[in-house]
This record gives sequence, structure tokens and C-alpha cells, in this order.
Amino acid sequence: MAGNVIDVKELWKVYSKKDINFNIEDEEMIESLDKSSDSVVAVRDVTFSVKPGEVFIVMGLSGSGKSTLIRCLLRLVDISWGSVTINGQDVTAMNKKELTEFRRNQAAMVFQHYGLLPHRTVLENVTFGLKLRGVPRKERRERARETLKIVGLEKWDDYYPASLSGGMRQRVGIARALVADAPLLLMDEPFSGLDPLIRREMQDELVRIQEELHKTIFFVTHDLDEAMRLGDRMAVMRNGEIVQIGKPAQVFANPADDYVARFVQDKREEIRKTDEQMAALAEHPEEDVTDDVS
Amino acid sequence: MFPEAWKYSVAKSVNQAIRWLLNTHGSAFDSFSSGILGLLLWVQGVLVSIPWWGYIAFIAVMAWVATRKIIPSIVLAVLPVFIGMFGLWHLALETLALVITSVVIALAIGIPMGVLMAEAKYFAEFIKPVLDAMQTMPSFVYLIPAMMLFGLGKVPAVIATLIYALPPVMRLTCLGLQQVPKPVQEAALAYGATRWQLLQEVRIPLAMPSILAGVNQTTMMALAMVVIASMIGARGLGQEVLMAINRIDVGRGFEAGISIVIMGIVIDRITQGLARRWDPNRK
Ligand SMILES: Nc1ncnc2c1ncn2[C@@H]1O[C@H](COP(=O)(O)OP(=O)(O)OP(=O)(O)O)[C@@H](O)[C@H]1O
Ligand SMILES: [Mg+2]
Repeated sequence: MAGNVIDVKELWKVYSKKDINFNIEDEEMIESLDKSSDSVVAVRDVTFSVKPGEVFIVMGLSGSGKSTLIRCLLRLVDISWGSVTINGQDVTAMNKKELTEFRRNQAAMVFQHYGLLPHRTVLENVTFGLKLRGVPRKERRERARETLKIVGLEKWDDYYPASLSGGMRQRVGIARALVADAPLLLMDEPFSGLDPLIRREMQDELVRIQEELHKTIFFVTHDLDEAMRLGDRMAVMRNGEIVQIGKPAQVFANPADDYVARFVQDKREEIRKTDEQMAALAEHPEEDVTDDVS
Repeated sequence: MFPEAWKYSVAKSVNQAIRWLLNTHGSAFDSFSSGILGLLLWVQGVLVSIPWWGYIAFIAVMAWVATRKIIPSIVLAVLPVFIGMFGLWHLALETLALVITSVVIALAIGIPMGVLMAEAKYFAEFIKPVLDAMQTMPSFVYLIPAMMLFGLGKVPAVIATLIYALPPVMRLTCLGLQQVPKPVQEAALAYGATRWQLLQEVRIPLAMPSILAGVNQTTMMALAMVVIASMIGARGLGQEVLMAINRIDVGRGFEAGISIVIMGIVIDRITQGLARRWDPNRK
């Protein structure tokens, strides 16, 4: 559909040690791929779209294919079947040069495992994307300093990644993505290594950036609270498939199946408790109700 | 016994092939040969023009930069004085000139070849058995083709040395490039690095410790080979050893041997220390 930032149609990704000629018509082959220990169907017939300015959350158990899906969006892995369209450009059809241009300007990614350059300082890491694009040194350093302030690392610009904690490294990764100033942010569990306080701050910061700059954000997380706070819509994945898409509150309230229900159980209980609390408060406004619901 | 009828000698055909090569492409070999000789003589000229204490000072500084330890630096700087005391200073410089020339050429060929091996799988498949063969072959064997094509003297010595010393730097360059962590490369690609940018900005810098280890090994092998190459007329310390063997003069052989060992230790320690300095993971 026109106007969407991300349009993914019938996307499949199979990791295989052997060369395979993947075809979705060939059901026998898919079955044999599922059985074989040499291959993993990491993304299975995924279709969804993300609108401009939306924060789209992807959740799912470990190994359900979230990181693979996010890699497919930038074609960091070869796509087995289907199409990915970003900002109206067909990523699947691009040649090498177009793909490089696209990666430089259209999307910026934060990696689950940081992916920082160990031989470059924090500042050089942040300027890396700009350097690839050919932004002059002075300008890119200024922009990187500004961005480091946002993530609270302005004093660390001369350090090497090895001397930073995990959370600090992830913030460098976030700064590197923000400084690229791309319309689409791809974030693979960006906050999972941060302590609750900083995580909360970074979430607020992301909300602020999003309101100010109207980025579109594709956000992978394990954290139900995070999904609730940030997400406009969310998708739940299982074994490479998307089993439910909807507003977070909807998904928590009406899980599509047992898997999703178990997955969001904590959140449902929490919501039920607050609902009961609210109800109790509404009935007996002057009583202290905290004891009743514990 | 082996059947007489199966007897077949390639010696004659090899000789014929070499003669044909020299007859048809003689001028190419000549200009190649004079190019190498020019480089060698230039290096030697520079080395000879430096006073002995210049070397001592240079080694002291390099050792300090490489190791940051006072006593090893002093020891490394003092060791070459023994070479001078044995009266072998000039011969040592000749050997050094041969090593430097061979190593420079070996690196100029070997590092790009190593990069190519890492980048092009088919090339690596093809070249690996060749490298294996090169390394298992006894070093004397290299003297033969070098001598056949370039006669006696310093040029065939350089050729034999550089071929013998080539494999480690190729292998370790390739290995270093292959060991660059995948997540780092992936991140660079995600931000739009071209293949060349990936190589230049990420892979080569991160492979540097391994490449430098290759440089170190190549240098050490070159030193060993230069000594052997004195058999085909490379002069220097090797010749001294050879003469000592011929005359059964153990004392003279010992002095030359010790001098070679000293050169080896100094070169090894300094290149190794510099390699360690370069390691990005130690910053
Ligand atoms: N490079 C690869 N080669 C082969 N199989 C892979 C590769 N990367 C991922 N897989 C497989 O694909 C499946 C999905 O992996 P993926 O990393 O996408 O999961 P994930 O949802 O991101 O998990 P996590 O929450 O642990 O990050 C897993 O079964 C994994 O083993
Ligand atoms: Mg993942």
C-alpha cells in the first residue's frame, strides 16, 4: 500500500547450510526444511506494514526470528522469498549500489550486540555512518558531540568501547543511529542491557525524539512494559510467524491464542490488578484498598 | 627393484624449458634482475651510510617504543655491539640489506595476496595447497629455480628468500581478515559501507595484529633464508658461516652464528613489540 514506511509481504528467511532454491509453492520442500537439522526457517510467511510516525513493536520468545526479521529489512541477510518495501523503495530488487545508498540514508539500526568498532573511540564510532556518507570531518564531529549529549556520554568521547559498560556501549550504538538522522530507526532490543533507571530515561528520550522528529521506529523487545509504553502497535512472533498484530492494550486484553496469552500473562495480571484497584477506589473512595488486592 | 623400463628423467626437459625461457624472455629477466639489484644496492647504500652508533640509538628507541621496559631495551641496544667486536659489522649490514629488500618485496606481494585470499574463496582454495607445498619444501630447493633463472649472486638470493618468506604473511593476513567479528562487520554494512570501505575502515585495522605477526614471521624466515642463500653467492654473514664450515674453523663459525642470532633476536623483539602496541583490543 502506498504511504507506508515499511511494507513486508510474504517474507520468508531460511538459514541453510546447503544451497536451496526456495519456493513457497513447494510444500514438501518446506516440510523437509523444517525437519532437517541443516536448515532453520527463521522467518515464515510474514506480512505487515508500518505507517509513518508509528512505533511498531515486535515481541516473541528467544529464537522466534525477531533479529532475523529486522535484518531482512536492511537486507543484511539474503531474503529467501517475499518482498520488503521501505519508503516506497523495493529493497528486494535493489542492486549493490542502490542498497548501499539506501542503507546510508533511509534507515539506521541499533544492534542487540552493539556492533561497535573496537579500534575507534566513542566519538569515531558515532561519526562512522556520517563518514561513510562523506560528511566533512568537522561537521560530523559536531553532530556526534550533540548526539552524545542526548545519550549522556559527552564526557566519554575519547574512550574506546572496551572501557565502557554494556549499557554505555548500547548508548553509543543508539547515538550512532540517531546521528544518522534517517527517517526509519530499526532497534533490536536496544534497552535490554540497561539498568531500570537509565532504561526508563532512554524510553522517555525515545518518546521525546519521536514526538519531535516524527521518526518511524521498528522496535524489538522482550519487555512487556516497554511495549506498552512505547508501542503504537505490536506484533507477537512464534517460530518465525507473526501470530498476532494489534495495539498493545488489545493484544494484552485479547490474546489470539494460548501462546500469546502465556506470553503476556504478567501484563494481564498487572492490568487486572490495577483495574480492580481502580474499581475498588471508585466504590470506596475514602478506604485504603491496597491490602485487599495484594 | 623399480622396473628399468619405467625410468624417465625430467631433468633434461627442465633444463630445456629454462633455456627456452631465458632465450625468449631473457630481456625481461634482465630488467627484472637489474630492478631488484638497484633496490638492493640502494638499501645497502643507505644502511652503510649510517654510523654504527646510529643503529644502537635507533634500536634503543624502537625497543623502548615496542616494550616500554628499560632493561630489555638496553640489552637489545647493546647486543649488536658484539657483532662489531667480532669484526662482522659490514657483513651484517649486507645481510640486513638482503633481508630488508626481500621482506619489502614479500610484503608488497604477500599482503595484497592475503587480502585477495580472504575476499575471493576460489583464489584461496587454489592458493592454499601451493602455500602448503611452499612451506614443507626444504629451503634449499628454492635456491635451484632462482639460480637457474638468475644465475649466481644477490638477485637470486633475494628471489629465493622472498619466495620462502612469502607464505606466513599471506596466511596470517588472510586469517586476520577472516577473524574480524561478524557483528562488527554487519554493523558497518548496515550503515552503508561498501566492500572497499569495509575492508579499509574495519577489516584491515582489526586484522592488523595478525598481519603484523605475519610480518614478524616473514622477517624471521627471510633472515634464516638469507644465510642459506649465501650458497648461491649472497654475501654477508651466511658466507662467513659457509667458509667456516669449509675450513672447519669452529671459532669463526661461532662468531658468525652468534651474530646472526643477535640480529634475529633484535628484529624479532622489536617487530613483535610493535605488533602488540598495535592491537586495538588493548587500548
Ligand atoms: N546466521 C545464522 N545462521 C543459522 N541460523 C541462524 C542464524 N541466525 C539466526 N539463526 C537461527 O534463526 C532462528 C531465529 O534467530 P533470531 O536471532 O532471529 O531470534 P531472536 O528472536 O532474535 O532471538 P533473541 O530474542 O534470542 O535475540 C534461531 O533458531 C537461530 O538459531
Ligand atoms: Mg535477537
